[in-house]
Amino acid sequence: MTDTRIEPAATAPELIRNFCIIAHIDHGKSTLADRMLQLTGVVEARQMKAQYLDRMDIERERGITIKSQAVRMPWQVEGAPYALNMIDTPGHVDFSYEVSRSLAACEGAILLVDAAQGIEAQTLANLYLAMENDLTIIPVLNKIDLPSAEPERYAAELAQLIGCEVDDVLRVSGKTGEGVDALLDRVVRDIPAPVGDADAPTRAMIFDSVYDTYRGVVTYVRVVDGSLKPRERITMMSTLASHDLLEIGVISPEPKPSKGLGVGEVGYLITGVKDVRQSKVGDTVTLAGRRAQQSLGGYRDPRPMVYSGLFPVDGSDFPVLRDALDKLQLNDASLVFEPESSVALGFGFRCGYLGLLHLEIVRDRLEREFGLDLISTAPNVVYEVEMEDRKVYTVTNPSEFPSGKISEVREPVVAASILVPSEFIGTVMELCQERRGIMGTMNYLSETRVEMHYTLPLAEVVFDFFDQLKSRTRGYGSLDYEPAGEQAADLVKVDILLQGEQVDAFSAIVHKDKAYAYGVMMVGKLKNLIDRQQFEIPVQAAIGARIIARETIRAIRKDVLAKCYGGDISRKRKLLEKQKAGKKRMKNIGSVEVPPEAFIAALSTADDGSDKGKKK
Amino acid sequence: MPAPASSPAPASSLVERDFGVYIHVPFCRVRCGYCDFNTYAPSEVGGATREGYVSSALAEMALAGSVMAGDGRAASTVFFGGGTPTMLDAAALSSLLDGVRTTWGLARGAEVTTEANPDSVTRESLATLASSGFTRVSFGMQSAVPHVLATLERTHEPENVGRAVEWAREAGLSVSLDLIYGTPGESLSDWEASLDTAIALEPDHISAYALVIEPGTRMGAQLRRGQIEAVDLDTQADMYELAEERLAAAGYAWYEVSNWARTPAQVCRHNVAYWRSQDWWGIGPGAHSYLGPRVGASGEELSAERWWNVKHPRAYSDRLAAGESPEAEREPLTAEDLALESVMLRLRLAEGMPVGDLPERRPAEVARLVAEGLLDGRAALAGTLLLTLKGRLLADAAVRALT
Repeated sequence: MTDTRIEPAATAPELIRNFCIIAHIDHGKSTLADRMLQLTGVVEARQMKAQYLDRMDIERERGITIKSQAVRMPWQVEGAPYALNMIDTPGHVDFSYEVSRSLAACEGAILLVDAAQGIEAQTLANLYLAMENDLTIIPVLNKIDLPSAEPERYAAELAQLIGCEVDDVLRVSGKTGEGVDALLDRVVRDIPAPVGDADAPTRAMIFDSVYDTYRGVVTYVRVVDGSLKPRERITMMSTLASHDLLEIGVISPEPKPSKGLGVGEVGYLITGVKDVRQSKVGDTVTLAGRRAQQSLGGYRDPRPMVYSGLFPVDGSDFPVLRDALDKLQLNDASLVFEPESSVALGFGFRCGYLGLLHLEIVRDRLEREFGLDLISTAPNVVYEVEMEDRKVYTVTNPSEFPSGKISEVREPVVAASILVPSEFIGTVMELCQERRGIMGTMNYLSETRVEMHYTLPLAEVVFDFFDQLKSRTRGYGSLDYEPAGEQAADLVKVDILLQGEQVDAFSAIVHKDKAYAYGVMMVGKLKNLIDRQQFEIPVQAAIGARIIARETIRAIRKDVLAKCYGGDISRKRKLLEKQKAGKKRMKNIGSVEVPPEAFIAALSTADDGSDKGKKK
Repeated sequence: MPAPASSPAPASSLVERDFGVYIHVPFCRVRCGYCDFNTYAPSEVGGATREGYVSSALAEMALAGSVMAGDGRAASTVFFGGGTPTMLDAAALSSLLDGVRTTWGLARGAEVTTEANPDSVTRESLATLASSGFTRVSFGMQSAVPHVLATLERTHEPENVGRAVEWAREAGLSVSLDLIYGTPGESLSDWEASLDTAIALEPDHISAYALVIEPGTRMGAQLRRGQIEAVDLDTQADMYELAEERLAAAGYAWYEVSNWARTPAQVCRHNVAYWRSQDWWGIGPGAHSYLGPRVGASGEELSAERWWNVKHPRAYSDRLAAGESPEAEREPLTAEDLALESVMLRLRLAEGMPVGDLPERRPAEVARLVAEGLLDGRAALAGTLLLTLKGRLLADAAVRALT
């Protein structure tokens, strides 16, 4: 039963409030959003699935939000009805571009901080972005019901950060619902209504697009000027591609078709396209019949930061993998891939990702949704290799690293900001030094919390930097980074050889000072991971023709069962069948049989050869 | 077990395989720490008595007789295994052998073996066995070294073995000794001592089995807790090679990976029948049976199948007392299964197998196995797949390569 004054397509901009929630991964954003849905009556308590807005299984399991959505909620303040659009934003650094587009669709942001933990580096980064976008910030401390909450301390920190009074910091509990209605009142009171020209040519910004099996691509937009109505023909300003609007509506919290969307409104479009790349985040939607002159700006193509090879354990699954990647790409415009063939692993794909989390999510989804058993090679960044003859190669795969006379190798670097309690300054400095970091400035956020700035090679960050930071700072350290150009570095390619055969999947580009350690670690791991075979197998690491490390897997001498117990031949046959099935899965490097698990374990980032890369 | 035939029919002429009977006696005085077999110490039997066992086994034979009515084959081998068959007295063993005679008949020159603990036989009991038709006895010697026997929890006195062998020979029985190598704590020279002791007793046949520590056994638990340390595969390989060297020097020829005999006549025919996929009926709790492809009573083709009985002696006798089959489970075997098993089993024999009997021709694999020294090159050229000494130790790898 909606008040007619706030019906979609007929709501005055003065009655609209668009906001998002900026929060760190586990600071309770989804729980707070759930509570808002309940309080505004959009979702009844008994229908409430915890974390209603996070749709995919993976998101629910990891407790994080990958894809943002926008929910329209009614709220009354002093008798007047308002339409609140809550735009959910991803929290992880891999998705910073998506965050920036979500912010651009809002006039205000709730800055949500765990009252027991304080603000984290990524939140700080997103807060800066929000303030850059001139958003009105409502500071909120969450989880005040926790015994370990320190609201006084963190309210002071927040007040200092955004320049408000300590008393302006709201205190809520998403879990109990305490303070949430006051927060909704504040949203209406403090956040400005959207402003736009209803008569100007239509301009709407795409802040998300999602592929739905039944509906095709669902595009989320924020109307800035003009309006959108069903059955109109729209044009994407970056590509000038035109489509018919099959359906337009708002989410509340399920999609509800509407008569259209007016100035300041947020909703979804369905045009029947099947590929999210035709509906790009950041693009401007206009009308084909009356095109806007200028797009809203801020659009850029997604740019992969990290590459890794993906190979099916069973070579015959290659077509399944190709179809699966095609399908995932429908939903993930930032995933890029091209076929790759590896001597060791057969046919697969070289995939580009926004970052490591993105990589893990893609791999998880491929294994879970498509039933694939996959090997992913160690992630690497993009290198520029300049030869003495001035030719420049862009290397996204270590196996393509050119041989011959190289004059310079350049690698991408990032500007990292690390937030830690001050007692860990030394620890962080040590870690960054190990990772070839160059220290920049250091700011005290409060007496006990420090923000440290470093320039680090991206390659050092994508490996296991974040895990190390977390473990060495007992979980208190947080990290944010952004690309900061490239630098020349003393980098070499280390190859791994099994019985003299190079295993392309294990080649890595590493800093010269770390090449020996890398070689020793890899041959050591492989020695333990590869079963003894009927012949001796040398395992070597080499830079070019120079061997830098060597281990030997001795030949097996006994592989026979003593007897069949009481004529139990079935048992022996089943064992044989099992062994034969296992043999089929083996990858053959020359005549050496390597179990797929060895690739997974050897390529995982853990130094001890344990299977940490596969955290599930 | 297969359903009894409705009417006897002369269908057996089509079956050219030998037929053997295995009789499982599930009793031991104590259970050894490594033992994974279906056997029960007196405290574990749960009310099943030895007398009860004998009548149950005879009841199963009667049932088997009706199922195989019309088959017509007499048993060419009978093997009493366990457990410790000699936990039954000689009279009981003889009555079981009589049951075989009544049910199937004993072929001329049939081999009749019983396993025996050197401690649980007497001069008299062995003589009784011989006179009632037993031809062969296989003593569980395992080791001649006290600390190895202690680890194995074997209770017999090492010196009793020589006495038992003497008595058996006096009774006219062919004698085999079973040895185990690779016991935790056993050194190569311990093993050498056991081999020498066994050879000095001049048995007709020697088996040498590598100890396999199964997870469900007491020894498996000790291993898991780190109380004992398994002998590594390389040492086991050394021990096997030493066995081959000593036994060959003493005139014993290997005929199967774990078995050596002084003359071809002293080969354990029952054992070889398993490796050649002959037919056998297993009597007793947990016993396995196998009947290959054959023609049924009314001329229908029956596919090969294997089945096994319920494990516990109590459940076994309850079934038979109720007139029911003691079968626990059965497995029909496809032509592919049989082809795979055939390679798996026959490759272990010193007679080898014809290259043409492989399920599919694998010339490249055969050549590779010859090159790697697992298969005998001359024999391969002559059309026979024959394992070398190195190949015997890697037989499972060879089978995987060839199937």
